[in-house]
Amino acid sequence: MSVLLIAEHNNKEVKPFTLNAISAAAQVNEDVHVLVLGSNSDAVAKSISECPMVKRVIHINNELYENYLAENYTSAIVKLSGDYSHIICSANTFGKNLMPRIAALLDVSQVSDITKVISEDTFIRPIYAGNAFATVKSNDKIKCVTIRPTSFDPAPSSGGSAEIQNGEAGDATKLSKFIKKEEIKSDRPELGTARVVVSGGRGMQSGENFKLITAVADKLNAAIGASRAAVDAGYITNDHQVGQTGKVVVPDLYIAVGISGAIQHLAGMKESKVIVAINKDGEAPIFSVADYGLEADLFEALPKFLDELNKLNTIQK
Amino acid sequence: MKILVAVKRVIDYNVQIRVKEDGTGIVTENVKMSTNPPDDNAIEEAVKIKEAGKATEVVAISVGEEKAQETVRKALAVGADRGILVKAEGTVEPLAVSKILQKIVEKEKPDLVFMGKQAIDDDCNQTGQMLAALLNWPQATFASKIDVKEKSLEVTREVDEGLETIEVNVPAIVTCDLRLNEPRYASLPNIMKAKKKPIEQINASDLGIDTKPRIDQIKVEEPPKRKAGIKVASVEELVQKLKNEAKVI
Repeated sequence: MSVLLIAEHNNKEVKPFTLNAISAAAQVNEDVHVLVLGSNSDAVAKSISECPMVKRVIHINNELYENYLAENYTSAIVKLSGDYSHIICSANTFGKNLMPRIAALLDVSQVSDITKVISEDTFIRPIYAGNAFATVKSNDKIKCVTIRPTSFDPAPSSGGSAEIQNGEAGDATKLSKFIKKEEIKSDRPELGTARVVVSGGRGMQSGENFKLITAVADKLNAAIGASRAAVDAGYITNDHQVGQTGKVVVPDLYIAVGISGAIQHLAGMKESKVIVAINKDGEAPIFSVADYGLEADLFEALPKFLDELNKLNTIQK
Repeated sequence: MKILVAVKRVIDYNVQIRVKEDGTGIVTENVKMSTNPPDDNAIEEAVKIKEAGKATEVVAISVGEEKAQETVRKALAVGADRGILVKAEGTVEPLAVSKILQKIVEKEKPDLVFMGKQAIDDDCNQTGQMLAALLNWPQATFASKIDVKEKSLEVTREVDEGLETIEVNVPAIVTCDLRLNEPRYASLPNIMKAKKKPIEQINASDLGIDTKPRIDQIKVEEPPKRKAGIKVASVEELVQKLKNEAKVI
């Protein structure tokens, strides 16, 4: 049987983590069908049909899906579920909100946030903020699985030409209504996919001081992250939070500035390839995961770091 | 309006957990247990709504072993009126918990059910959404702000792109983010008072719910250890290492 993958998009473009989910789905079973629930979303369906790993696109184009509501999505997905052995999507706020609603209606015990596919029913997933990894086997007839996007490479997005099949809309919910989305626009790379992330914590002391982080991030073409303490204190908005209940990032370079390194924060960044910690407390737990630790006052170290970067002839982008 | 709040007993968030040597799970003996942190936010919000005169009763419920009673008692100490403990041994998966909660909701008929968005032990992030599906109620997940209106809630949700606002009809399920509020501490007099508040005990089996796990846990392992790093003496050395040794800039 085939895998049904639920695409995340904004009716114009496919969200990048959908590609990571496609490659995870293809590891489960090569017959990957992608469901696009959207409104005026032809461009999305077409773009996904060009992924060579995708065998079929099911496009349900209806104004019901102009904005994403789990209640509306679930009805359409449950109607299609009989033809599939697996239903998969990303374990970001999109998929976390959606998949359990589907699983419960199918009477399936969901497997959340997998980092590895062992076989079509066995997966590895982190528990306890990534301080342990569980190998789990699902015994349900249909498997509802969310995947940790940063643990799977994005699927190639061009060269394919999958068939696009139109599908029927599900029932419209009267239970909930979308009002608005305050999306923070930025020219920077996305936090989840950036090659370099520079993060600030409580040690930054104010939102104003984040300009020191911004300057370094500009120079390195980096995304800006933050610890929960910094978001709670109002220094920066929630979409920057890295950690157990925020975003998980695995950049080539993660620079943690003024972050002590609570296990909840480490859960979101400790798989990064190279970790730098700048902190004036030499005993801070962040140093235990750092490849390069600098024990220093960040207000002196960050301007100097920028100066040193400016002296370099070339910087990788 | 009546609010049911689900709370879970988990290993305290400050504990560095240990994997059992035989790979069958996590060491839980002699480990400090606490309320799942965002469940504290759920209780706090329900109590605040009651204090604002918009709710008449707050009922706290937990599903788990006998000791989960402490978690219910703590919710009573910060303002819940009465408690329910549904006893079930061993691992109870979110699907089974949501089926138990469904039975309790059918009996108690609350207008709202609150709980944390995710338990910090299994990190599943499923129960609220599953319960909403089983009841065919709307769901407002990852809530960082709740406005109670006449027959609906306006909820601000923390999503990857920023903030989203939705309106859900009552009855509804809300799963709470840590930023929803600042949970209060229980005062000593309130802890004493909580000891007199009733906690009803029910067996999961008496509700007709099979709590046997559907998912086999084959093994639990520690994550691969990162190799020890070094301390650098200066910013110059740091930049030189990043450029020439790690080759990441």
